[in-house]
Amino acid sequence: MNGNDEVPVVEVERATKRFGSEFALDGVNFRLFPGEVHSLMGENGAGKSTLIKGITGALHLDSGSVRVDGREVHFATPADAQQAGIRAVYQEIDLLPNLTVAENILLGDEPRRFGGIDWRALRARAAEILAELGLNIDPASQLSAHPLAIQQLVAIARAISSDVRVLVLDEPTSSLDLDEVAELFRVIRELKDRGVAILFISHFLDQVYEICDRITVLRNGMLVGEYLTTELLRIDLVHKMLGRDAEELATRPPVGDHADHATPLLEARGLSAGRVSDITLVLGEGEVLGLAGLLGSGRTEVARALTGIDTLTAGMIVLDGTTIIPGNPRRAIGLGLTYSSENRRAEGIIGELTVRENIVLALQAQRGVLRRIGLSRQRELAASWIEALSIRPASAEQLAGVLSGGNQQKVLLARLLALSPRVLVLDEPTRGIDIGAKVEVQRLVRELAENGMSVVFISAELEEVLRVSARVTLLRDGRVIATHDADALTVDSLLALIAQPDVD
Amino acid sequence: MIGILSNVVSGILTKVSGFFGRRSAWIPVFAALGILVVMMVGAQVRFGNFLTPRLVSSLLLDNAYLMILAVGMTFVILTGGIDLSVGSVLAFTGILGARMLVEGAPVAVVIPVMIVGGSLVGLLIGVLVQFFDVQPFIASLAGLFLARGLAFVVSLSSIPVVEPSIVWLQSTRFSFGGWYITPTGIIAILVVVAAALVLGYTRFGRTIYAIGGSEQSARLMGLPVMRTRLLAYVVSGTCAGLAGVVFAASVGAYPLNGVGTELDTIAAVVIGGTLLSGGSGFVVGSMIGVLVYGTIKGIISFLGAESSWARITVGALLLTFVVVQRAIVARSTRRR
Amino acid sequence: MMRILKHRLTWPIAALLVLVLINTLSRASFLQVTTLNGEFHGSLIDILRNSAMLMLVALGMTVVIATRGIDLSVGAIMAVSGAVALTFIESSPTPGDLSTVAIGIVLGTLVALVLGAWNGFLVAVLGIQPIIATLVLMLAGRGIALLITSGKITTINSPPYRFMAQGYVFGLPFAFYVSIAAVVIIVLLERRTALGVLTEAVGINPVASRLAGVRSRGIIWGAYIASGALAGIAGILYSSNIMAADANNAGLFIELDAILAVVLGGTSLAGGKFSLAGTVIGVFTIQTLKTTITFIGVPPAITPVFMAVVVMIVVLVQSRRLRSGVARLVRSVRPTPPARPDLEVTP
Repeated sequence: MNGNDEVPVVEVERATKRFGSEFALDGVNFRLFPGEVHSLMGENGAGKSTLIKGITGALHLDSGSVRVDGREVHFATPADAQQAGIRAVYQEIDLLPNLTVAENILLGDEPRRFGGIDWRALRARAAEILAELGLNIDPASQLSAHPLAIQQLVAIARAISSDVRVLVLDEPTSSLDLDEVAELFRVIRELKDRGVAILFISHFLDQVYEICDRITVLRNGMLVGEYLTTELLRIDLVHKMLGRDAEELATRPPVGDHADHATPLLEARGLSAGRVSDITLVLGEGEVLGLAGLLGSGRTEVARALTGIDTLTAGMIVLDGTTIIPGNPRRAIGLGLTYSSENRRAEGIIGELTVRENIVLALQAQRGVLRRIGLSRQRELAASWIEALSIRPASAEQLAGVLSGGNQQKVLLARLLALSPRVLVLDEPTRGIDIGAKVEVQRLVRELAENGMSVVFISAELEEVLRVSARVTLLRDGRVIATHDADALTVDSLLALIAQPDVD
Repeated sequence: MIGILSNVVSGILTKVSGFFGRRSAWIPVFAALGILVVMMVGAQVRFGNFLTPRLVSSLLLDNAYLMILAVGMTFVILTGGIDLSVGSVLAFTGILGARMLVEGAPVAVVIPVMIVGGSLVGLLIGVLVQFFDVQPFIASLAGLFLARGLAFVVSLSSIPVVEPSIVWLQSTRFSFGGWYITPTGIIAILVVVAAALVLGYTRFGRTIYAIGGSEQSARLMGLPVMRTRLLAYVVSGTCAGLAGVVFAASVGAYPLNGVGTELDTIAAVVIGGTLLSGGSGFVVGSMIGVLVYGTIKGIISFLGAESSWARITVGALLLTFVVVQRAIVARSTRRR
Repeated sequence: MMRILKHRLTWPIAALLVLVLINTLSRASFLQVTTLNGEFHGSLIDILRNSAMLMLVALGMTVVIATRGIDLSVGAIMAVSGAVALTFIESSPTPGDLSTVAIGIVLGTLVALVLGAWNGFLVAVLGIQPIIATLVLMLAGRGIALLITSGKITTINSPPYRFMAQGYVFGLPFAFYVSIAAVVIIVLLERRTALGVLTEAVGINPVASRLAGVRSRGIIWGAYIASGALAGIAGILYSSNIMAADANNAGLFIELDAILAVVLGGTSLAGGKFSLAGTVIGVFTIQTLKTTITFIGVPPAITPVFMAVVVMIVVLVQSRRLRSGVARLVRSVRPTPPARPDLEVTP
């Protein structure tokens, strides 16, 4: 279909971009053909975002050329790229929640009458565009009244409102559930049939293989290669992305036998909080319990309810045989229940404090304001955790905000571990960190469990959940549907369980 | 019969709830309107002679300058900023105009100079905010100091304004029945109408809202964020300049005029339903906020109570509104 | 350590030194200190005494700003505390008694502390934006003070009360000792306990701090209480200086001076990291500037123009945009650290 004899709608040659002394992009070539869905793959830091920004005019390339329809272009701003029909929809929805859906679709190109905005025509045109996507949304409603998935589709509606030739979708599916992804894919196929070139970025291999025609792989700012999806095996793709032996990842280490017979340490009985209700689960001593389910299934809510961050509306928590009410994070920590948020930057790291201050923060808070931990003791603590978790760069006085995602995650872990907690609840600890750090975190979790720590492990990646956990509790729509031994499950069977429709 | 009635009622209710579902931002404006009505009716019941045409007319007359200030402030607050300089700018342009008139400058020059003087202070604040990333609070604080100091540079004592065409603005009364309106009142209303149209029907106006909603998004949408934010402060400064003309017309020029007016203005805007975090609110609401403020002052003087009660009441009302706003915001974020 | 010192305090100290230098060059008497009846006198001593009020208020403001807040009500609180203290002393049969004065001072400070607690309640418990929460009291506070004094300016005749602002101990103004005591207490509280770093954590990232088990509510609340109490003592000093409770003018615009002092001292208004030493320098800078302006013979009314210029210079010096502009100029000379990619939006 997309034979090489066609003219690419976008062609990038020898794109190079440096931040300081580091190459974010190093002589990368890239092409995108009309009517194809093209996936850009790579680890974090491979240069995907930089390349996208270069194409959409959000960033200046140091050298190299971008050609649209064979003609060289120089986009100074995203607006220039939009003029040329290149539009992007990002993961964090870049819309205006306080304005109407219609304005969000058309603002900047709004119909006018007598020098002002023609609201009637604005709503009518917005309705048309939404209808083209098969969406039935009131254009006059305020955007914030809609769930995230709808907002994402509105963002796409905005992107196609003008004459769009290239649509960049950067992690569009990360906050969508299965139905919503299906809906999005329907829209993507429709656009593809219209001849729109779609650049699709996703961490989910399944989705890439389902929707994409072609894959370009980047690694460390360099081009690895361009492949037809049909001709590239998944294992090869992973191999190319990582540039190391994929076997290392695929082997599944055994789970300690003792976990099966572990004495229960933490029990939740009929827990309800926010969107989750009637949650019952058991966490054994020295066990890793995985929580699996789709986004919105209530994974995070369960974690937060267990650790006192959200208040319970019903049910009870039993720790070591006694009923407890965590009530707030502070009290929960006092009881040995600790939580690491999925949202590292917003809810975890204190960016402008040093690594040392970040590590001792929770411990200090627990000791109280008056019993300050002495500076030398702080340094000792920080140094030992930096070494134990191999945090890089290994400087305790570095501001935590400048560390990479993986190292920030380790700092957070260190903060919790410094409390010598009884239970560690890790919500998406490996999200958005590169594969190397991911493997380290996984290994660490297992080591902790082997040393007797009880861990609740949450991840969107089912494979990872299975690899790390001894048992897996499945959630759907805010309820527990089953708990299985991880050994008894495969990714496919787990998926089947999660995707299974409710039987009432 | 009852069935039909209840159908009609429920029909209206769905309409109303549909309206508010679509336009939840209007709820606080109606709340302010409700409070205004309750206060007026309550005062009428209590005093018997509160809602006279003369008194209601004077409400607009006395607060014309505040209304103009509130309109400008609404632009700035909608972008998520704040302008503390308006009270000083009002004093500065007033005393500047009065001095120029004394020196013999023609009024056709003086009034534009006063208004442009306000715009320039606004521009300065806008430049600091937009180009140097200075927090609006601090930038406008510099504007406050500057304008207040400049007012004293122009004159250390008050200057009476006797120029007939400026006095005319305040003293002329177009009457109909017992009602009347002064040119200053007309100016205030025109400013409100013009601002409402600009905010509702121009790209500039919508961009103001967009910046308050999410500056990053507005920029990515290709909206002229830089120019618009700059202009918001210029609008506020210009309004303050115009308010200086109106204020000078009514009470003359004194370098200490309008001390604390910025607080009254902010209070009126917030009472009128504009969120201080930006992105939500209406100039009509600010107008109602000013009227609420004026009515409180009226009631206090009717009661013969200490005038200090006016500020206390406005403070309490501001608090009530902010707490209610806070509750609404908290509920809507929890729902999501 | 050297780097931190360089970043945070170099500019404030330089500004202060420049001011002192200008003063010294323009009048030789500036640095001159004379003794009279065992009391030191001179411009420097005046600055020490006159800065006491601002010092108290600015210390509280620093802590509040560190929590991402701001306290606009300090001036109004000063008016209230002065009004409470003086009304009590005036109505007492023995206004000259030390015990009466002590009770008056404690009462005034307590009321101020309660008002600070009220601000803290609005911000920490109800979650209202600090500017607005404290604006409420800024609006209403002076009205309350006027009600307390029944609308008049209460004056008293009480030597012990006068001593607060005008007395001397060991040759130095008593008010100076008050401000130094406040500095010492606040520094000990913030830096000898963990309060400082926990306050910074809350100011930088409130959510993360809560999840880490920090009592952010208590810390924020405490900051406003401290600010209120310190403003209360400042109000006592003010009323002691003029021996009257002037609800309209007590602490007028002091919130602006205090914020300016904090910013001058290198603490960001965005919250988080704060520098008490910087604030102390900022206070002295502002006070010296005011003295300078008066000395030059500028009418005090025009002082705001100078303040405006200072504010603008300070914010421009602190402006990241301006700094990066300068850095761009220097770039050809030496290599720069890596830019943050997310800031690379073309203006």
